[in-house]
Amino acid sequence: MIEVLACGPLVTVQDGGRPGWLADGLAEGGAADRRALEEARALLGHAGAGIETPGAPLRLKLHVNTTVALTGAPMRAAADGRALAWNACHPLPTGTVLDLRPTGEGVYSYVHVGGGLTMPEVLGSRSAHLIAGIGEPLAPGDSLPCAAFAGAARRVAAADRMGGGLLRLLPTPQTRMFSRDAIERFENAMFRRDARGNRQGVRLTSDGQEFATEGQLGLLSDFILPGDVQMTGDGVPYILGPECQTTGGYPRIGSVIAADLPRALQAVPGAKVRFRFVTLAEAQAARPGQPTVEPLTRDPAEVPDLLSLQLVGGVVSAREDG
Amino acid sequence: MDETFPRIEPLGEAALLVRFAPRLDDAANRTCLAFRASLEENRPEGVVETASSLGSVLVRYEGDGGNLDDLLRERLAACDWARVALPPRRFWRIPCSYGGDDGPQLTEAAAMAGVSEAEAVEALSSARVRVLALGFAPGMPYLGILPDVWDLPRQSGLTPKVPEGALVVAVRQLVLFGTAAPTGWRQVGRTMFGCFDPSRARPVALSPGDEVVFEAVTSAEMQDRAAADADRHGGATVEDLT
Repeated sequence: MIEVLACGPLVTVQDGGRPGWLADGLAEGGAADRRALEEARALLGHAGAGIETPGAPLRLKLHVNTTVALTGAPMRAAADGRALAWNACHPLPTGTVLDLRPTGEGVYSYVHVGGGLTMPEVLGSRSAHLIAGIGEPLAPGDSLPCAAFAGAARRVAAADRMGGGLLRLLPTPQTRMFSRDAIERFENAMFRRDARGNRQGVRLTSDGQEFATEGQLGLLSDFILPGDVQMTGDGVPYILGPECQTTGGYPRIGSVIAADLPRALQAVPGAKVRFRFVTLAEAQAARPGQPTVEPLTRDPAEVPDLLSLQLVGGVVSAREDG
Repeated sequence: MDETFPRIEPLGEAALLVRFAPRLDDAANRTCLAFRASLEENRPEGVVETASSLGSVLVRYEGDGGNLDDLLRERLAACDWARVALPPRRFWRIPCSYGGDDGPQLTEAAAMAGVSEAEAVEALSSARVRVLALGFAPGMPYLGILPDVWDLPRQSGLTPKVPEGALVVAVRQLVLFGTAAPTGWRQVGRTMFGCFDPSRARPVALSPGDEVVFEAVTSAEMQDRAAADADRHGGATVEDLT
């Protein structure tokens, strides 16, 4: 079992989501950064459900011997005050207190344990889907069930995806509603991730440019999928996330390809993003392979960094150190 | 846009969208229901999920999709889907309290439709509407198609919040809110119907194709019947249609 000692807002349990309910109006949900889930799986063999925190600090106590994988947006992680490498997994004994603090880099961070969290599934998944009323955010005092697990310390090669950048798009059935000029301006525009954003979607801002279409108000509501870039009535784009509505009446100028969706959702407020249309074949070819993992060893080149992190950890664990 | 229907187009990397009409159309919606039911009955290889909306069917697949596009085209051409009998569905009578605090915009909606309030309640409570699609929130139905007089535009501003169970009207459709939410549609009534409840054996109550009458009851009767309904269906009755 893992005990939540302290926890910021909107920290939830997430897994691969709940596909198969689109006809019922329930979005798939699940981890916002699917690549982080794949990285955790590569590290642990079987990751299952883990904890997703949108930059909120978190303090956990392990009541079981397990191996903990840390993926997604890098956090300052410490086990009983000892710094832990990110994008890695660490065998930790029962009783360990795990501290995670945001670094401002990226949005969604993940903590997985070998074998995954084992609370009962709801409709085939353990993911909280707060908008649908499934599950609750984690709170201090929560007990998260999991079995004991023995795994080696390993690191995973994680492609950087935390700073925004180029997002490749596929056309949607509504792309043609936008004029050639609007599409061209859209591809040339630099957007910033707005402060408004959550698991439903992320608002983008640009320099006063608008991308509304003719006849936008008369559009028949149709299916939406995560990654769709929706233009609201005032021509402001939103990149839709895992808990987006399943149907909507605003046109989607394009859809962010699966390979780039983690980058889209991990862009912090203020990060710059831009868009370029690609073909379906290019999108499929861009899908990343399995993340590569290797044993986690103490590379001498990293020692100064580790020491500095330990100093930070030492502040909170001065008693144990003394 | 110059478009012919039906159209098959990719939606993202792992789905095809079959669209049957550019605007709300009863025959197109019936086609969606029948075509989706046939795909569910005999799923093409690689297809992992299908769903129907107001005027389209989504076909989600795994892998590279192969020749799914061609296969769907063949299936579409196989018969006149608008004439195919609808799949098995259910008929619901859902108690609804119209007007007053339960339907604060009934007066406005009736005036826009050019009828008295009493006529509006009579018309809306006797209309047997079909679940055209579920969406927006889990299990939340878009129902119709209402007669032309109910082709009311959405409000330009949003109502900040209607309660769960609110019955709202616009564009020849009714929507029964599955969650408290802002809306541009006008609230004419209130039900205690729970569209979605993950703890229920059947979490999503309605299915696309189901037929519904929102029978007029007083607010007190609505509350009483809902209180006696352990399934959180707001005192609704349901029967199978074949």
